[in-house]
Amino acid sequence: MRKLKSELKIKLDRRSIYLRSLVVKCLFGGGRGHMGSAMSLIEILRVIYDKVIKFNPKKPYDIQRDRVILSKGHGCLALYAILADKGFFSKKKLSTSSKFNSILGGHPERDKVPGVEASTGALGHGPAIGLGMAIAARLNNLNYKTFVIVGDGEINEGSFWETAMMASKHKLRNYHILVDYNKIQSYGPVKEVLDLEPLKDKLNSFGFEVSQVNGHDVKQLTNVLMKKNKNTKPKATICHTVKGKGFYFAEGNPFWHHKNFFTDKEKNLINSCIGER
Amino acid sequence: MRQTCLNTVFELAKKNKKVVFIGSDLGPGVLDSFKKKFPNRFFMEGVAEQSIIGMAAGMAFDKFRPYVNTIATFITRRCYEQVAIDVCLHNLPVTLIGNGGGLVYAPLGPTHQATEDISIIRALPNISIISPCDAHEMKHLMEQSINLKGPLYVRIARGGEEIVTKKFKPKIGKGIYLKNGSKYCFLTTGITCQIALKASEYLKTKKKIDCGVAHLSTIKPLDNNFLKQLMKKYNKIITIEENFISGGFGSSILEYASDLHIKNKPIIKITGLKNSFIKKYGTQQELLDHSNLGYMDLAKKMVKFIKE
Repeated sequence: MRKLKSELKIKLDRRSIYLRSLVVKCLFGGGRGHMGSAMSLIEILRVIYDKVIKFNPKKPYDIQRDRVILSKGHGCLALYAILADKGFFSKKKLSTSSKFNSILGGHPERDKVPGVEASTGALGHGPAIGLGMAIAARLNNLNYKTFVIVGDGEINEGSFWETAMMASKHKLRNYHILVDYNKIQSYGPVKEVLDLEPLKDKLNSFGFEVSQVNGHDVKQLTNVLMKKNKNTKPKATICHTVKGKGFYFAEGNPFWHHKNFFTDKEKNLINSCIGER
Repeated sequence: MRQTCLNTVFELAKKNKKVVFIGSDLGPGVLDSFKKKFPNRFFMEGVAEQSIIGMAAGMAFDKFRPYVNTIATFITRRCYEQVAIDVCLHNLPVTLIGNGGGLVYAPLGPTHQATEDISIIRALPNISIISPCDAHEMKHLMEQSINLKGPLYVRIARGGEEIVTKKFKPKIGKGIYLKNGSKYCFLTTGITCQIALKASEYLKTKKKIDCGVAHLSTIKPLDNNFLKQLMKKYNKIITIEENFISGGFGSSILEYASDLHIKNKPIIKITGLKNSFIKKYGTQQELLDHSNLGYMDLAKKMVKFIKE
């Protein structure tokens, strides 16, 4: 396994900090949320929505759109941030997160949130749903791509590996798995709970074309995700990330995986990291 | 019945380009004609029930009409969360076809005996459940399955059952009277219909008891109008199912009755499999007899019930 040095060293630019501030609006509005899990994802979603995919927030389910499934549904606050930023819904809604009448729950739901492709939160489901969408693209002669973002703890699920075999069987070149490999699952380090290594070799042997990137490096992510298809293999990108990235006290700390209360001191600490006072 | 079900899927595929078939490592030759004619819409995946349900959901999001088929226990127990979330929560028109509903796979033991599929699928929102009693009913209901807007579970019986619905045009969501009675009635689903008809015949010829047989091929949603009339007409009703009585077909009838406001409500007794794994093998009929679901058991039960 790679050491986390380069992921920790990355200095976040203004856009990355801004998107994190939108996540903080959700966290403070609802008083809770999977903070660590959302913060490791920001650059992955940012690059996908800023640089890679075609979408139309006015027609969120246009048939030609590229599909993005956040299979690690507990990272949804990051998805809400980017969808609001792109105009799928008003940013004002972010602070309603988790409240009784909100469209934004603790896990994303397709029939409530424009732009959400599948209701996720039960882990290991997104890859197969995405596989179905990728096969549908082929049958419909459409050239959209399907991206499925999974968590590292999530791929403990056997269903992920079932689907991995199937993606390879069907030669789904339009299918791309991204692993948010932040190294910490709910209980603690992935390496101790259920080690995934050697992950690259595993995905390779399941028939994927595998890349590894620093998941907070916008340039690296862009290069890998924009790379042209040279073969019929499905793609997998292992994004090495830091849980809680951007908040030094939460980085790599399982106690910030999910929070259901913030003290004033914690709020001040969080605000200091996004330039709020 | 299974053959009729799958052949009807093939017929639907000829008329509707969005129909796809997904199986998980079924027996050799299944739907070969479908595969030959529509190779792009025929998917035989591995022993991966969780993933084929998700795959079906993904295709249904893009307007396809997936018909997914494997053994009933595996398409219900094994991938329950995928059925609940991927299919039912999204309310997608995915049809799940379960082979060997009830005790069909008797000699294969509890891993293959679908003894609670009705109970667990019934508990999920949005999904409909049909359990036809013969091939005629199966054909009609499967033809209509393409018109449903949400998910459907199809419980397939063994096959070769006596055709008892020939004079009807079965419809999803509609109950039928196979036999009228005076005050007493059996209420059936699936192949318990044929058992009830035998029991009713016995009661008439040997005991001079006029006992009706009403049949609901659709377990969910229930035919409320039909049930209301049934409960107005009969004093005593016995429900019969080849499924655990816990949470199954009979339970759904009791749930309906508990909220029904009519004068002189009937007394309802539910019969089915008791809530334990079956410890015997043998044939489906042997296990039905072992579970007190033979026609003589039902006839005796009705006689005793009438006397109570």
